[in-house]
Amino acid sequence: MALEIAKTVDAKGLSCPMPIVKTAQAIKDVPSGALLEVLSTDAGSTRDFAAWAKSTGNELVEQTVDGGVYRFVLRKK
Amino acid sequence: MTQTIDHPVDIAGRGVDQVPEALPAPEPVVEQPVARDVLIICYSGELEKTWATMILASTSAAMGVKTRVFVTFWGLQLFVKDSRRITGQNWMQKMMSFMQRPGISHRKLSKMNFLGMGPWMMFKLAKQHNVASPKDLLEAAQLMGVEFIPCQMTMDMFGLTREDLIDGMSEPVGAATVIGLMTEGSAPLFI
Repeated sequence: MALEIAKTVDAKGLSCPMPIVKTAQAIKDVPSGALLEVLSTDAGSTRDFAAWAKSTGNELVEQTVDGGVYRFVLRKK
Repeated sequence: MTQTIDHPVDIAGRGVDQVPEALPAPEPVVEQPVARDVLIICYSGELEKTWATMILASTSAAMGVKTRVFVTFWGLQLFVKDSRRITGQNWMQKMMSFMQRPGISHRKLSKMNFLGMGPWMMFKLAKQHNVASPKDLLEAAQLMGVEFIPCQMTMDMFGLTREDLIDGMSEPVGAATVIGLMTEGSAPLFI
């Protein structure tokens, strides 16, 4: 089932903490319940996004890695 | 009622005629919420510590945590506008700013500074690895609502005015405000 992505943040190549900072800024533009996709190449991202989701109350719906690119799908609370 | 010395008392020190009829109901167990405030004390002015302060402040705000940065001693040097060269009112204050150039873009490393060679390499490496500069992180932090609070005492000591400092800083405060925030449950961090 393909998920309907409302917005994508391309944080590829960026180091900590910019993927998280950009995600926090981008989620403001997404309506409640919609999905935000984040692409990152920062290996620290996997745990960081779980922590970010837990702290902000947004839901980490999906987390995949493909050729060094981490993809996170977050549902805005 | 005043209690006299020869009045009989129980082990809790109450007069025997004062023993309450029923024990008070136990307090209901309330789950304590986790701290949702972070308080960073930005004390040092070196490049690497500036970087740490800005990374943690911007991340904390991005995680939806109310974030305050109390800026004191050498830390205040990074919040002086980059364009200011000499600050201070008297010759000693001016001399201090002459010897240590203020501004977030003019920080030195605590180790391996080598007349600016160290910081130059640090910025070069940061660029190669796409690490945001302290200045970029400061701007992001301000956009996300991080409160930067200058220390009044340091401002007085270095002869700094509000016009010397970057825009968007809070009203200067003292140590009591900082301790007050800590006792109210802000997670403190001294950098």
